[in-house]
Amino acid sequence: MSKPYVRTNFHEARWDEPMIYELSTPGTRGILVPEVEDEIVEAVGDVAAALPDSVKRSAPLLLPEVDQKHVLAHYIHLTQEAMGSNLSNDLSEGTCTMKYNPRLSEAMALNPNFAEVHPEQPDSTIQGTLELFYKFEQIMKEVSGMDRFSFQPGGGNHAVYCGASVMRAYHASRKDDKRDTIITTIFSHPCDAAAPNTAGYKVVTLYPDEKGIPDYEALKKAVDEIGDHLAGIFMTNPEDIGIYNPNIDKFVEKVHSVGGLVYYDQANANAFLGVVRAREAGVDMCHFNVHKTFGTPHGGEGPANGALGVREFLTKFLPLPTIEFDGDKYYRDYDRPESFGKLREYIGTAGVIMRAYSWAMMHGAEGLRMCANISVLNNNYLEKKLLSIKGLGEAFLGNGITRQEQCRYSWEELKKDTGIGTDDINKRINDYGIPWYWASHHPWVIPEPMTLEPCETYSKCDLEEYFMTLKVVADEAYENPEVVLSAPHKSASHDLANPEDLDDPAKWAITWRAFLKKHGDKYLKVK
Amino acid sequence: MSGKGNIVYPYIPNSVPEVRQAMLDELGFESEEDIYKEIPDRLRFHGEMKMPAPILSEARLQRHVEKIFAKNENVKDNICFLGGGIWNHYVPAVCDTIGGRDEILTSYVGEAFSDHGKFQILFESESMLGDLTGFEACNTPTYDWANAIAIVSRMASRTTGRKEILVSENISPDRKIINENYCKPDISIVEVKYDFENRCLDLDDLRSKVSDKTAMVYFENPSYLGFIETQGAEIVEIAHAKGATVAVGVDPTSLGVLEAPGDFGADYAVGELQPLGIHMSCGGGLGGFIATKDEEKFVAEYPSLLFGVLPTVKEGEYGFGQVAFERTSYGSREKGKDFIGTCAALHGMIAAVYLALMGPAGMKDLGSTILQRMAYAKAEIAKVPGVKVYDGYNFKEFVVNFDDCGKSVAEINRLLLKKKIFGGIDLTKSFPELGSSALYCVTEMLTKEDIDDLVVALNEIC
Repeated sequence: MSKPYVRTNFHEARWDEPMIYELSTPGTRGILVPEVEDEIVEAVGDVAAALPDSVKRSAPLLLPEVDQKHVLAHYIHLTQEAMGSNLSNDLSEGTCTMKYNPRLSEAMALNPNFAEVHPEQPDSTIQGTLELFYKFEQIMKEVSGMDRFSFQPGGGNHAVYCGASVMRAYHASRKDDKRDTIITTIFSHPCDAAAPNTAGYKVVTLYPDEKGIPDYEALKKAVDEIGDHLAGIFMTNPEDIGIYNPNIDKFVEKVHSVGGLVYYDQANANAFLGVVRAREAGVDMCHFNVHKTFGTPHGGEGPANGALGVREFLTKFLPLPTIEFDGDKYYRDYDRPESFGKLREYIGTAGVIMRAYSWAMMHGAEGLRMCANISVLNNNYLEKKLLSIKGLGEAFLGNGITRQEQCRYSWEELKKDTGIGTDDINKRINDYGIPWYWASHHPWVIPEPMTLEPCETYSKCDLEEYFMTLKVVADEAYENPEVVLSAPHKSASHDLANPEDLDDPAKWAITWRAFLKKHGDKYLKVK
Repeated sequence: MSGKGNIVYPYIPNSVPEVRQAMLDELGFESEEDIYKEIPDRLRFHGEMKMPAPILSEARLQRHVEKIFAKNENVKDNICFLGGGIWNHYVPAVCDTIGGRDEILTSYVGEAFSDHGKFQILFESESMLGDLTGFEACNTPTYDWANAIAIVSRMASRTTGRKEILVSENISPDRKIINENYCKPDISIVEVKYDFENRCLDLDDLRSKVSDKTAMVYFENPSYLGFIETQGAEIVEIAHAKGATVAVGVDPTSLGVLEAPGDFGADYAVGELQPLGIHMSCGGGLGGFIATKDEEKFVAEYPSLLFGVLPTVKEGEYGFGQVAFERTSYGSREKGKDFIGTCAALHGMIAAVYLALMGPAGMKDLGSTILQRMAYAKAEIAKVPGVKVYDGYNFKEFVVNFDDCGKSVAEINRLLLKKKIFGGIDLTKSFPELGSSALYCVTEMLTKEDIDDLVVALNEIC
């Protein structure tokens, strides 16, 4: 069995890389555009020059001018100054399921039969892509118990918005136009509040009971108060703190009793594949972050896919088109008059669906269950180790509830003892080769939070390395606080001199031109 | 690999039975069921997921999956005249190299100290898209162009305190209905007529509709039908006179030759990232962008992440951070601006690589070559008996009418397909006023021979 160790001699790549603009040499080219054939030039002349002056570009285009070798080097240097899950111990990003992303999927994604396909081609010429969507839908139906799926949403938040659109269309179809309010819980993802709000709903937020479980008594009170103005509830389960809500079916019953719908955020489904399903909980809609649970890359925040599943009675409201199979051919069905419309151009993130289908097929039902089993095992194993660290606690510690796939910890005690809090610890672990960890969504209900999710990707050795590293850092906080407070020491970059400038319109710079305008050339690397 | 029931999964290291048992022993658990006991039995799934038998080896899986998409036809083995919102452009190999790097491909949110390089690439992407569109503020990618329109519609409504958006009637049908849904329930959409004779927005109709209720006027340049809008500055003047803002939807490949929206006075530019080095993947290669003036009233309304650059504590070092983070729903839940989550950051990073490779000369050449190839295609297609090309100033796309051909667009496209040609998008349903018309697209990928092949085929079919 491999042995864990703390990477005391780690150093992230630091290339002291200038901006791409600073690498510019006038006249230099990175790539040439295919030459226009002489016959075409002879036939049509200089078409750009013949355009009216009013539509021609008047200002010079200030893009950098860099040869190909140096464009490649610049961006490889920059990628080396980042730390993805395939190359680091990234169990840190609780609520986001950072798992291994198979390289095979990337190789297949570049196959011309997949990559070089236009979505406006006739259905007969995209049978392969449509088949992948259709077959993955069958898998998702089994995983969730839902009746239909749309793969159009471009991420989990987009799926929640899609669900809110379905909800609005459903109530409108019943001429039930009073319903203007939704309920959510504070440990649900922020989008469970924000996306329905964008769709026009007022938001009521519930807080947990003393054990950390969404408060059923508070729900009853809220539902009774809102009554027939309740459109539905949007909630995550297990929530961000890793506790499964054992009352979910009672929540469903209560919301249904006043005519509301239940939206189940299953973004992080890793904990329960084959164990529990949305159908058994009785919910009406749910979504899966396919890019989390099914082994596809996050891409530094996309492209992603938020698969929205619904029960039969909501199928007609799904966005256009659905993917169908008539026994012979796959096709896109746009003939759906009660659909709320469209959410995204074309059919969805085909690359994510192909990767997810491949990942699911490699595991099968038994493998998906193994994935869930190891996820919860890893989490509990790590939790037991971590809670031995002085200064570290956990949200609702001692409530007697076993955590599922993730835990929200708290450095509150360490902060009281040493003045060192979660932000400081977070920067210091980077010095030992662990990228960073997810503290918490806002607001920080749990003081000095840290949320970890060691999914099935991580070995026993990884879990122990993580524990040992956090222990070293916590010990440093008690014994040598300065080294923690001044961290990171070995990352690609240091802290901003004046981070508050990011909130000052006179100083923030979202483009290079704005930076030069506001700060002059005094900070240029290349002068 | 072991036998059934005792499989060691290559992507699940702790599936090794001895390791798993050691961990269970340390926790004092019989099995993972001790963890799942927290879930009431009534909520447990007692059945079995009915899934196909697993394909455990990568070798067999690759064969299985590639066999499925071998059923697709691609634009390399066929000649493609399809556009409309996603286009067949050259993807430089360098874009694939960087986009496939595990460091950014498999990363997620990150922080400036762990993912400095990712932050810099996104900042450079924002900067270059700003240069292209003539603005000094730009966001990280939205889901797609349609999503970018939808977001600026809501931004403009918040900025102006008004609840009506004017939209040119000839934008992409998909983008139109996506925006309509996003504006519900409180923002209304009013369509502005398109003057097909002049191939431009109907300014009289615009004047009659723009009012002190108008938050934003939105039009596309080039339009969905490929026509270049020649009245951009006048549209801005008319809208601004009533206190409304203006957003322009652009195809970024046009901006090496066409005027940048920021330079004719628009307040917002939006568009699609896909043509900037991203494979089409049957619609999977999308990502949108939004650019605005760098003024607090605009910047404060972005729901998206905005990466900014500032000096660090070490002299001579750039650092990055998220500008005005409290705007976002990550920071303020439902009190933030709209909602934000995983979008299409990787595509934004690839676009940075593409624009750095192309530089100003490359973007200018790209625009020029597209214009020349397109002009040649228009002229040659117009010579086919029974076929009419709607003339005008076009970029990349143009409308071909088959009214006098005696065959429907669908039938013509079926016959073209037999000759391994993907004909233009059928406009019969979305633009019935154009009769039997199709939207043809010509990028730098098409050669004279490709265009001539189409013309030969049309001569035979029409």
